[in-house]
Formats: sequence, structure tokens, C-alpha cells
Amino acid sequence: MNSPIEVRVAAVTQITPVIREFTFEPVRGALPGFSSGSHVVVHMPVGERSVRNAYSLLSNPAQTQHYRIAVRLQDESRGGSRYMHEQVKAGDLLQVSPPANLFAPNSQARHHLLIAGGIGITPFLSYLPELQARDASYSLHYAFRGGFTDAYLDSLRENLGTQLQTYDSIQGQVLDLATLLASQALGTHVYVCGPQRLIDGVRVHAEQLGWPEIRVHWEVFAAPEPGHPFVANLARSGLTVEVASDSSLLEALEQAGVEIPNLCRGGVCGQCAVAYLDGAVEHRDAYLSATERSNTVMPCVSRGLCGSALLLDL
Amino acid sequence: MSVIFKPLESYRDDFTYHNSAQAISRFPFPFPEDNYMYSVNIEPATPREPGSVFSHWFDIDEHYLSEMAERSIVLERDPERCLVMPHMATAAWDTLEMLMTHMAADYPEHFSLSREGERWTWINRPLGIEQAFTFGDADTLPCEPLEYITRQTQGDFALLDQRDGNLFMDAGMVTCPADWSIKFDAGMSFTQWHAPVPMAHQMGVFERALKYLLNIQVDHPVRRLNWTLTVNPRMDTSSETYHEWGQERALVNAENVASMVHLRVELQFMPRLPRSNALLFGIRTYLISLEELATNPAWACRLHRVLRDLPDAIADYKGMTLYRQFVVDWLSQYDPEVVVA
Repeated sequence: MNSPIEVRVAAVTQITPVIREFTFEPVRGALPGFSSGSHVVVHMPVGERSVRNAYSLLSNPAQTQHYRIAVRLQDESRGGSRYMHEQVKAGDLLQVSPPANLFAPNSQARHHLLIAGGIGITPFLSYLPELQARDASYSLHYAFRGGFTDAYLDSLRENLGTQLQTYDSIQGQVLDLATLLASQALGTHVYVCGPQRLIDGVRVHAEQLGWPEIRVHWEVFAAPEPGHPFVANLARSGLTVEVASDSSLLEALEQAGVEIPNLCRGGVCGQCAVAYLDGAVEHRDAYLSATERSNTVMPCVSRGLCGSALLLDL
Repeated sequence: MSVIFKPLESYRDDFTYHNSAQAISRFPFPFPEDNYMYSVNIEPATPREPGSVFSHWFDIDEHYLSEMAERSIVLERDPERCLVMPHMATAAWDTLEMLMTHMAADYPEHFSLSREGERWTWINRPLGIEQAFTFGDADTLPCEPLEYITRQTQGDFALLDQRDGNLFMDAGMVTCPADWSIKFDAGMSFTQWHAPVPMAHQMGVFERALKYLLNIQVDHPVRRLNWTLTVNPRMDTSSETYHEWGQERALVNAENVASMVHLRVELQFMPRLPRSNALLFGIRTYLISLEELATNPAWACRLHRVLRDLPDAIADYKGMTLYRQFVVDWLSQYDPEVVVA
């Protein structure tokens, strides 16, 4: 298991009314290096629970004295983003996982087409220094609500010039995905990070245009959706774990002292897959095949269907 | 405990390479059981007992000077044994940083590294090197950074680019491979370069191993042991030099088998390269003759059983079919079950 790293909050900066940036410095030793597109999982003590959310590292990978992340205050926060916004101050100590990368730029892309929606800009901030250093061909398409979710807009404008296209929904500017994707040269890789409907839009249009799957990259950082409370029974250890409606099964297991390997905590990497022996599952992941779903559950996002108890092979 | 280097020995021509008793005692004997079959024998590379080959990320031993001299000979004859595709430049610097940092920390009596921003100074005492350079600027080193540091590190290194859910051999320094070639495998995926291995595909070994390797995280390396037999203590058994070593397998007989045949063990060590997200695949090779190995009779007994019962397809793939029986016959004297019968 990857043991967490203790970091000190070196600075907190309000970037927009709903987005805050946090700078972390090591408490001892040096921080592990990271690559463009990496994320860390921040452990947050929210009341009795420990909420763990994944956030992209947005600093330059060449500089590892600090990590920087940006957190958007979510309207329906399970407590994680609210905790980061309201509780965390400079000087505080936090635990973060070592960096992991599930969203790396592809070395063979002839052109990198980056599409960001709001807070989804963060992974691309660590792409840009690398793509620029490599003299790679790229363009960034950034959709946001002006004055609300337009984080880092000024520095991007200054830095990128014509390689940046912006779409401000307040001004009625619309990102036309079908046209954008249809106009790309062969050998382009598209990377999208942002709200689910933006990701779905890119994937659907790319598929309709016949793009191979390996040229379409996406990263979701939505916290797991709440659901009905349910009970997980652990067949091997005999433990019974109650999963509250605003907690994920993975978090509830961790709370009970059952550590399960995990990376993305968003239903895509497959690391936390667990076998279940009984019960009905509401599968919410984007990883398991239909066959696998008959006996495997991804506890980071999936739950007992309508409160069904689950018997896990743990 | 400080490593004492032996004076230069050869891995070719007169083959003066030998192991000291101390080197034999730390030899990574690869068989946990009396039989061998392919498996995903990958484990987290947590440091093990001090002095063992598992105590540091990059093991330096008594053969350091000889192995570095051998690498120079191979590169002089065939400079393309080191290759770095343009998109692997960051991974090459990653490797240089990782090797220098760990060697200086683990063997401070032999290596030291001082860093002031991007201004670095590297000292390699056994090879008499002191080099000031600018990290990230290849013009400040005498040669390309991967070549520079791996000319000073034991073992082969492949640098694997991670993309499309696979790993691609897009850079490497390979002067002591067990019957393969970096030039032939260059640009291939993990799936492609393992295609010739018998039996393991049907067992799903490579599919599972690939999944495991793709998920290796920064600072959490993994390792495994692999093995074969080699005639003479020859490091460079590459495809390119097959005409030099291939026929030696026909020279083995009952009289010379114990000194001529060597167990060749690869300690494979796989850390994530932090900045590039490439995977470093280190292949540290250890050679031991049968007579040296038999100074530990338990090893000789176990190796006897493993080789006697090894499936023919694996023996063939490992290239030992021609002389396997001589080896099995010689080792049988160490197997109590055989002696009693």
C-alpha cells in the first residue's frame, strides 16, 4: 500500500469565488517527483469520517519543492471541498497520497488537443510546461463561467496566445465539439477533463467520427455520488460495515480499518475492484465488463442497489 | 559494509571471471521450490537484509570494475547498444537522477552527488570520474545522459514508454542480454517482445504482469528474478553476437560441465520514473559456475531437480537443450534421493 505523505499547507489563494488554490510543502525530506497529468489523493477528516478526494497537481513537474492543487467548492459537497474551503489554513498539516498518473500525455501524438471545462483546467496546467519544453503541437480549449469558474485565465492568455480558445457561457459562447473534433488532423490525441457531460460529449463525437479509443483520453474527478445507505458484510473477516448515504463503500471500509489498493477513487482505474458473493449492486464505474459485474464491485463509486446489503469477499 | 572491488577480470576470450566466497554467499538463487514454472513472480521491492543483493535499489558488487570495462568493450564494437528515441529524453534524465541519487546515498564511499539547483557535480571514485554538469542540458556531459550514467552502473536498463495501455521499449542500454537485442526489440510493446515465450501466454502470465507494471507508482518499485543457463561467464549473449557464443553450447561435455556452465540470474527491478512517467526496467545479471554453486549443496540438489523436470519447451526456449543432460548428470551427485537410488 502507498503510505500517505505528510505535507504542510504553505499557502492558500482564492482564485475565483468558488476555486481555491493550495500549496503544499514537505514536512520532512523531499516530495516525490511527478509527471504531467498526475494527481494526489487528499485525506480530509470531516467530522467522524475521513473523506478522500483526488486532485490534479497543477504545478510544473520540473519543480517538486511544492505541490499545488485547486479545489472547486461543490454545491452538493459531501464535505470534502467544503472542508478544504472553510477549514484548511496556511500552516495546517494534511496527509496526501504519493502522486499517481492516469492521464498522461501520449508521446506519439502529432497534436495534443486539450479540452477543459471549469476546474477541469487543473491537469492541463501541468501539461503545458512539458508540451512547451518538448516543442509539441497543442491547443487548449477552455470552457467556463466568466468570473466564476475561469481559474488561471489571465496567465493562460498571456502564456498561450493563439493556442488558447476560450468559451464563456455567461457571454453565450458555446464550445462546438462536433466541429472542433471534425477539424482535427490525423494523429491528434484529445484529452478532456471537466463535467461529465463535457466528457461524454467528447467521447460520443470522437466515436461517431471514427477516432480510435486510444486517441481519446479523459479524466473524471467528480466525488462519488451519494445514494441509499446500506450495509456491507465482510465474509472472511466477519466485519459489518455501515455505509452512510454520503459516504462511499471504499471510504466506509477504510474507516473500518480495511485498506484496499486504490488510485483514482472515481471508478476508472480498476485498482480497488472487490469480489462480492451476495447482494444487488448499483454499478457506477467505467471499468468493469458486464461479465465482471456479476461478481465484482468497484467500492470507490458503486453501492448496494436501493439499500441492498452486500456480502464482500474480504 | 563497504564493497571491495576485484581487479579486472574478463567476460570473454580467456574468461577469468570468478566469484569470491562472499559473492557466492549473496548469489540470488532463484528457485523457491524443486520445480519451475512461469508465474507472475513480481513482488514489492522492499529492502531486504543488509549486504544482500536486495538491500539497495541498484546493487554494486565486487565485479563492478570488470563489468564496466566489459560494457566499454561492447559499446566500442557496437555503439548502438545504447539507444534513446527522441521522446525518451526526459526519461533518460529521470534515470540519470535516480541512479546518481541512489548510488550516492547507498555507497557514499564510492560515489557522491552535490546539487545546487541545476548545477550538479558527480564523483565516481572507483572509475576516477569527477563531472560537473547542468541537469537537463546534454551538451554539458561527455555523452548522452542515459549512456553516461549506465556506463557507470552494473546491469542492463530498458526504458519503457507507457501509453495505449501498454509499455514500449523506446530506450535502453543493453550490453549483457540473455539472447535478445535492444535494436531488434526497439519500439516494440511489452506484448510484442514477449511473443516468443512458450506456455506463459496460455497461462495469462503476461496479461496479469502488464496490468501490474502499468500501475507501479512513484517510490514503490517492484522486482522479480529470472534465470537461464549460459556457457562460460559471458555477459554479452546478445542476438548480435550469436555467432560468437552460440556454438559454445556444443563444447560442453561431462569433464568441463562444472566449470563451463553457469547459472545466469537476472534481478529485474522496476521503478516508476517520476518526471516522465516511463517505467525503468533494470536487469542486473549475476553469473555463477556450477562448481561455485555446488559449494552450497542444497542449491545444487534443488537445481538438479528443477533442470531434470523442466518442460522441454522451456528448456528449448532458454537454449539449453544441447547440454542439459550433462548438467543434470553432474548435479545428480548432490541429490540424496538419486544417490540412494
